[in-house]
Amino acid sequence: MSEADRRSYTVRLELVDEPGELLGALEPIADNGGNLLSIFHERGNLTPRGHIPVEVDLEATQAQFDVIVDSLREAGVNVIQAGAERYSEELTVVLVGHLVETDLSDTLRRFHDCGGVSVADLSLSAPAGTEGPSSARLRVVASEGQSDDALTTIRSVAEEKDLRVIEPLTEGSQ
Amino acid sequence: MRLAVMGAGAVGSSVVELAGEYGHDVVAVADSSTAAIDDEGLDAEDVLARKRSRGVVGNHDPADALEADYDALVEATPTTLGDAEPGFSHVARALERDRHVVLANKGPVAERYDEVRRLEADSKGTVLFEAAVGGAIPILSTIDDLNGQVTAARGVLNGTANFILTRMAAEGLGYEHVLAEAQDLGVAEADPTFDVEGTDAALKCVILANVLYDDTYTLEDAEVEGIADLPGSALELAAEDGRTIRLIGEVADGEVRVGPRLVPENGTLAVSGTLNIVQLETNHAGRLNISGRGAGGPETASAVLADIGRLPSVE
Repeated sequence: MSEADRRSYTVRLELVDEPGELLGALEPIADNGGNLLSIFHERGNLTPRGHIPVEVDLEATQAQFDVIVDSLREAGVNVIQAGAERYSEELTVVLVGHLVETDLSDTLRRFHDCGGVSVADLSLSAPAGTEGPSSARLRVVASEGQSDDALTTIRSVAEEKDLRVIEPLTEGSQ
Repeated sequence: MRLAVMGAGAVGSSVVELAGEYGHDVVAVADSSTAAIDDEGLDAEDVLARKRSRGVVGNHDPADALEADYDALVEATPTTLGDAEPGFSHVARALERDRHVVLANKGPVAERYDEVRRLEADSKGTVLFEAAVGGAIPILSTIDDLNGQVTAARGVLNGTANFILTRMAAEGLGYEHVLAEAQDLGVAEADPTFDVEGTDAALKCVILANVLYDDTYTLEDAEVEGIADLPGSALELAAEDGRTIRLIGEVADGEVRVGPRLVPENGTLAVSGTLNIVQLETNHAGRLNISGRGAGGPETASAVLADIGRLPSVE
């Protein structure tokens, strides 16, 4: 792979306001061959989720860049925009039913398999143990314009497994 | 105006009680088995006292009330699905006689809207039904005032379901517990199916769709999901993320949907207790929010009497 394949990318991240967070987010970039060009740390400015937006410019090949974005996500960093693709559409849904019995990991895998969608966060509440009905809150990140497709996938998997989906009210909820 | 009131439940009785204050005479009142009729105008206190003590309003046959000498018929019998009877026949008879009709009953305008409009077109009478959607809240008259500029409507249109969700979230109580409490308080009926399964909210949304799109939607065209047996854990998880769950009805893009939805905990649509709210999207005026009491005798009667005030005068 020659230097000519390297190009610059912009990554927008959301960080929790805690010591070491920024360093933790930059490591995967350096470790995977990315060349940091600039960091714009918007302290004092908050994202809708109450986190601090950070904009990072870096140089890498397409392959390196893909690995960098994946390792950032694995490290628990919320990537809201990577290159030209904006991961700006977030959806929160609550699922209700026999989540454990109906194989929660399979449910999540199938959401993931729908293109352009990833489950960023999951919180499970099973007050009746694994036997009874439980609830889960999922934060789903979809590429721009993919929210409707993501919801369609969630609905169809949920229907098959007899789970209730409590959807966000996307319009008019502000 | 001279009114005939069909139905002597909470709404019908309140219309009889308040009509005088609005300058109207009640010449006939009917419940399911009897009727009181007086061309000179009935004494509201007498009729209501008889209903309270003996469970009947008078000595006449209920059908005679339909033939009384009234200008406007108030249809406040219980909402029924499918053929929407007996409400629909009452509406039809009044229109055949070139009389106005004001509905609190949702059935005829949710299930047989096109037929009601056809009968109205052949009659000198006018049909209004503000009280059928959102109780005291002036929703249909607002939509009418906006002259076709409303593109979508959504909101909380069932106070019972909203009360249950509010209590579950605030107290961390289970569905069954809160439902029993709501029944003790008279907020929920002994058979709460209509409210908790979303049917009541769906009928109101169907009526909104009929008005917004000037088309004929029925309950069958609505996608409906209720809140029955929703576990408290779902509300707890929502709260951890600054959200809560409300039974939301939506009329948008030609579709009618009712179901539990995640909304911001302190957002406009998260009204508490038995309150209702409707959000209208408009072409030139942005979003309008109207909130208030969506049920109750005097509240709903006030919408009926407001409609009567809007009727054209009788020739």
